[in-house]
Amino acid sequence: MTAAIAIDGLEVIFDRFRALKGVSLEVRSGESFGLVGESGSGKSTLLRAIAGLAPVASGSITVNGKKLGPRRDKAFYREVQMVFQDPYGSLHPRQTVDRLLQEPLAIHGFADGEKRIQRALDEVGLGSGFRFRYSHQLSGGQRQRVAIARALILEPSILLLDEPTSALDASVQAEVLNLLEEVRRRRKLTFLMVSHDLAIVTHMCERLMVMQGGEAVENLTAAQLVAHRVTEDYTRNLLRASEGFVRTA
Amino acid sequence: MSTQSKGTLLDVDDLRVTFPTRTGLIEAVRGVSFSLGRERLGIVGESGSGKSQTGRAIMGLTPPQARISANKLAFDGIDLLAASPRERRALRGKRIAMILQDPKYSLDPVMSIGRQIVETLRTHEKVGKAEARDRALAMLEAVQIRDPARVFDLHPHEVSGGMGQRAMIAMMLIAGPEMMIADEPTSALDVTVQLDVLGILDRLVSERGMGLIFISHDLRLVSSFCDRVIVMYAGKVVEQLKASELGRAQHPYTRGLLNCMPRIGFERHPLPVLDRKPEWAA
Repeated sequence: MTAAIAIDGLEVIFDRFRALKGVSLEVRSGESFGLVGESGSGKSTLLRAIAGLAPVASGSITVNGKKLGPRRDKAFYREVQMVFQDPYGSLHPRQTVDRLLQEPLAIHGFADGEKRIQRALDEVGLGSGFRFRYSHQLSGGQRQRVAIARALILEPSILLLDEPTSALDASVQAEVLNLLEEVRRRRKLTFLMVSHDLAIVTHMCERLMVMQGGEAVENLTAAQLVAHRVTEDYTRNLLRASEGFVRTA
Repeated sequence: MSTQSKGTLLDVDDLRVTFPTRTGLIEAVRGVSFSLGRERLGIVGESGSGKSQTGRAIMGLTPPQARISANKLAFDGIDLLAASPRERRALRGKRIAMILQDPKYSLDPVMSIGRQIVETLRTHEKVGKAEARDRALAMLEAVQIRDPARVFDLHPHEVSGGMGQRAMIAMMLIAGPEMMIADEPTSALDVTVQLDVLGILDRLVSERGMGLIFISHDLRLVSSFCDRVIVMYAGKVVEQLKASELGRAQHPYTRGLLNCMPRIGFERHPLPVLDRKPEWAA
């Protein structure tokens, strides 16, 4: 089976700052893969580099067997869509949900927009009652559902998720995570998900990569993490931190 | 120091905060009551639960258009609602301190960190410049900043989030407050930094015998840090319990909040979601 995403020796440099220092990664088709790390680890940069939003200095990115050049074409975005962290910042404030969802359809020349919009809204659990609202009339969770609907409307095979729930309340987070798992199962999607939260990544992903300072620290399966079978100190620190505060008396 | 009720720093009885809006009155806080001694009290709730507005009302930072009422809102016997703005200002920063979520936004961007700390100190105490500087440096050291003299001259944009938050803690503690309100003090920080900052906060609070109100959306974090937890929903307190007894929480909202978070080693697909009942808000 070919890999959905294969990355080899990827370097991303902003001016003189090396944000990614030769990272390699392979995500199998249909798999859910997690990237974990703290701020500045390069996890989001990796995701953005795949989407064509970061300056790649060297290395290669291959998606569904096709090697990507410096520019992404329309066909790429039919296959790969992204959901961003902040649902307040990623939806156009002066467009209705309907208009937001029409945008990708118009770009890619879909004729059956009406049907697709309805189906997409149903799929993310927002009825047609939400179709002509503006994003400021929606809660954070509802906005993230709209962002997911917008990503799904082109029927991509790969979803890049950049901290999709970190701006949401815990109870809403559970709903959005459940929704993501459900659409992945139904559509057999490949996920590449970034999170700073180990618990979320082990919940959502089968395999994960721990990153620090632009480099891969460790590759693990979720089962290894659950069993605390980690080899790097940094990963162990992250694990300990995710268990909450312990008073040293 | 308080001489009346033993050790009670803060007394809140039936606190209400109401905001007038175009569509009528919004009650952000609806009858919250609790008291605080020299202990760590957590206030937990989701966005819109009124937890931050509760903290702000105690601090006296409620926006002017809002109305506050309470049967009692007293700090160390001082009736906060009857106090003049001048009296409140004297309390704020001196005896009651507040730490906010994101040091990026709550520190003055055009003033060096050291000057901000010195400013707080000299607002509340008559001290000379040199002494103020020494005390600010000592305070920076107390929050485990390794090179205080260097950090003293840096501006907030030149330091990391964790360092900024330590600087804010230093600024808040320099006047020796008796009570501290920390509103999501670590939510903007990386998990490992979060623990460092909590450790510093914990040590200073217990060393100085302060009362701490720790406001957060993270029930697990709060219960691992605080002695007692208040759970708020829709402007009301739905449950008060000892942090150690969180596992025995009675209210379905508290239990739902605990349950809906993914936990390492506890596989549940799908995650249980909160089934909000209208009577919780009643």
